[in-house]
Amino acid sequence: MTEIFGVPTQALFGQLLIGLINGSFYALLSLGLAVIFGLLNIINFTHGAQYMMGAFVAYLLGSKLGLGYWWSLLLVPPIVGATGMLIERLMLSKLYKLDHLYGLLLTFGLALIIQGLFRNEFGTSGLPFSMPAELSGGRNLGFMFLPNYRGWVIVASLVICLGTWFVIEKTKLGSYLRAATENPALVQAFGINVPRMITLTYGFGVALAALAGVMAAPIYQVSPQMGADLIIVVFAVVVIGGMGSILGSILTGFGLGIVEGLTKVFYPEASNTVIFVIMAIVLAAKPAGLFGTQK
Amino acid sequence: MPRSQKIALALMAAFFLLAPLVLYPVFLMKAMCFALFACAFNLLIGFGGLLSFGHAMFLGTAGYAAAHAAKVWGFPPEFAILFGTACAALLGLVTGLLAIRRQGIYFAMTTLALAQMIYFYYLQAAFTGGEDGIQAVPRGMLFGFIDLSNVWAMYGTVFVIFMGGFLLVYRTIHSPFGQVLKAIRENEQRALSLGYDVNRYKMLAYMLSATLAGLAGSTKALVFQLASLTDVHWSMSGEVVLMTLLGGLGTVFGPVVGAFIVITMENYLAQLGAWVTISQGVIFVICVLAFRRGVVGEIGNFLKKPL
Repeated sequence: MTEIFGVPTQALFGQLLIGLINGSFYALLSLGLAVIFGLLNIINFTHGAQYMMGAFVAYLLGSKLGLGYWWSLLLVPPIVGATGMLIERLMLSKLYKLDHLYGLLLTFGLALIIQGLFRNEFGTSGLPFSMPAELSGGRNLGFMFLPNYRGWVIVASLVICLGTWFVIEKTKLGSYLRAATENPALVQAFGINVPRMITLTYGFGVALAALAGVMAAPIYQVSPQMGADLIIVVFAVVVIGGMGSILGSILTGFGLGIVEGLTKVFYPEASNTVIFVIMAIVLAAKPAGLFGTQK
Repeated sequence: MPRSQKIALALMAAFFLLAPLVLYPVFLMKAMCFALFACAFNLLIGFGGLLSFGHAMFLGTAGYAAAHAAKVWGFPPEFAILFGTACAALLGLVTGLLAIRRQGIYFAMTTLALAQMIYFYYLQAAFTGGEDGIQAVPRGMLFGFIDLSNVWAMYGTVFVIFMGGFLLVYRTIHSPFGQVLKAIRENEQRALSLGYDVNRYKMLAYMLSATLAGLAGSTKALVFQLASLTDVHWSMSGEVVLMTLLGGLGTVFGPVVGAFIVITMENYLAQLGAWVTISQGVIFVICVLAFRRGVVGEIGNFLKKPL
């Protein structure tokens, strides 16, 4: 068996693949956080719970209505996104004039409620979610075996991330959005309905989290706690990348996933903490984050 | 000290002295430990405007350090508590140097992430006992002659520590240092332009808060004779935010009242499982949307007196 740095290539590529998968979710989630933060100036603590909701709604669509994975992929983001828009209209919109910290506290409370309700209903043990038949099996790439579903997750999240980047940076809609981030009052004066745009943006960010949840369901088990610890790692990713740049949060997400995967090969004890250690180093060296600008 | 606060202080002291006649003393000791923890937290957010979402790391670290010192090294309780508190202060120094570099929401996320790193470290480290924690920590003989295994001796010790910590926070808030801290909270740029070294003030407040949280954590470890992962978990960081928010951010007595309510609620809802989490979330939402002054803040506003 071939080895690199004394590690069998099979294990190395296997962990790299897991790293890329985790990185896909980090990227999708930190992208949603960045989009929401850009316009609302709120750190959405509910993001992890909304990711979990995505997985659960997919599970329920499957077990109650018999709808398969592809239907879930199509239906879950708008469903969960709509609940997000409701939250924005009813609660978050009341807080824009206050200190940003209240938004964090409110969304933290909402996360506790949502996670608690799901735990009451479904217990703490994970529920199985089967892979779509079209993507079962895998292919041999010569140097490693790639399960089809995992390849799909990586490609799909890359496409979604780059698509979001394209819409925000290159289209007219995106330019309105960026303008509203800079100066909402002026954009409103030009006749654009900024409050509606804010609602839709929050809904979109939440839908991204839910989409990540559906894609995660066949890989990780569907459980009420699945988003709670993940969101803290994503926060660290966001601190490392800085939220100023969309492309930056995508790159940081994937990059840190890979670093985490490699750590599992070379120094497994640190694999849980490596992202936090990197965060500490980045804070010491470049407090604004890799792609951020200090305000 | 204004008269309203003198009366409130006397009422609080009288309550904790008389309450053990009707309430379970261990429950009251728990309430006092958390009240001190919340006061330490309030010093940072209520007067410095810094929301730390990782304060459990100080409570838990001090708990582990004190428990380890008392059980493995055989430290007497006063030194075990001091050692735990010193460890929390040291952790405050290290994490503070990193976290202070970012403001507002980033500060909250950074502290949360640092606390999570500490949590994973304790989960794996050998001396913490992993999921079991450090159990059967001896309470020992305070100053060599007060036997803390007697519940009333322990109660008195916790009462003295709590009142001491509370008065220290009170003194800090009302010192020139505390006034500068408030100025930074209100307008950081202006404080900077007046020549105050803003980061040094924030750092001092952060370390003081960490130290006092550590004092609460070490004391709690001796009271329960246990140091466990619960005290380092992010949900504990969330709980102390809840206590302070519910009692009243930036009030003197708010954290104590908030801690008492939250602990009581947990005690009575414990058998209902996830409902504790749900009701805590509901309180968060209500406080943020409609009740931002908190219980004590509302009372103070009604009486038009500072509390």
